[in-house]
Amino acid sequence: MTMWTAVLIAAIVCVALKTIGYLIPPKWVEAPRPMRIADLLTVALLAALVAVQTLGQGQAIVVDARVPAILVAAGLLLLRAPFLVVVVAAALVAALLRLWGWAA
Amino acid sequence: MSSAPLFDDAHSAGEARRAVREALGVALATSAYGISFGALAVASGLDVWQTCVLSLVMFTGGSQFAFAGIIGAGGLAAAGSAIASAALLGVRNVAYGMRMSPVIEPGFWRRAAAAQFTIDESTAVSLAQTTPRARTLGFWVTGIGIYIGWNLSTLAGALLGDVLGDPRAYGLDAAAAAAFLALLWPRLRARQPIVVGIAAAVIATILTPVLMPGMPVIIAAVVAIVVGWTNWLGARDGAQPGGEPDDVAEREGLP
Repeated sequence: MTMWTAVLIAAIVCVALKTIGYLIPPKWVEAPRPMRIADLLTVALLAALVAVQTLGQGQAIVVDARVPAILVAAGLLLLRAPFLVVVVAAALVAALLRLWGWAA
Repeated sequence: MSSAPLFDDAHSAGEARRAVREALGVALATSAYGISFGALAVASGLDVWQTCVLSLVMFTGGSQFAFAGIIGAGGLAAAGSAIASAALLGVRNVAYGMRMSPVIEPGFWRRAAAAQFTIDESTAVSLAQTTPRARTLGFWVTGIGIYIGWNLSTLAGALLGDVLGDPRAYGLDAAAAAAFLALLWPRLRARQPIVVGIAAAVIATILTPVLMPGMPVIIAAVVAIVVGWTNWLGARDGAQPGGEPDDVAEREGLP
């Protein structure tokens, strides 16, 4: 598979999912179970991505500058900081710790 | 009659104006994050055009970040997991489409376009309005506004990422983790999602050394299916009849 194939398949699948919602009979909206699973699926995937993106390096688990960065991000989210502020602050913390040689 | 304000023309026009104003505000704020997506995607090994195609066609931020993140960790070998993660994160758009379907006017092309603009923010702004006209306007202005802004800022971010060099020196790997956390945060308002989130994070971490990159994330998603199916730790099904659904679209999330 080339990168272009992967990009196009993923993009088309996501467009198809958006379209399906308009084709499903509206009364299904009332069914709580599929709605609940769709909701929790989003939570589980995002939480797993946070963990892997913070601690993973290929197949290794490493603790480096990303850990203090994500803690700062969590603190800013607690203070209701906007998305862009949180992301930029995390990048800044990791970049500075690496620049000063305090963390890998 | 004063008891029927929704049918009053002046009130209705005010509602519509308010919807447009709200939509433009949300569109402007959300579009700015496209910069971070563009820079992160290029740092993950996608080229500028592939990054732009993701924003033009996929156009759903959580899935876009997930795809780029997993490609960044596992390269092309993890493409299958990257596609699956993007698709699973896109499942919530099915629920949004079902809710927006009655709001959108008939006509094949109009509804096909609406499907592409169906994201967290357009759904949230629309459903927050009280009159049918304001709901329709809120959806279109938010969706089209973010589509234009998100794609322009993606291109800007991708071009910026292209000249930056080593992404780690700029903390872009930490920025990706923070982006996922910021997307997750507003969804952690009850015990059930918090428990699912922690369990998924622990499982993904434990599985990372033993599986190829991308797979731990997919397997962690099984937690959601098990807990969602059994409704363990959840509110009773009848607790919110016809009220706000569990998966309320986030105005502060990503497209």
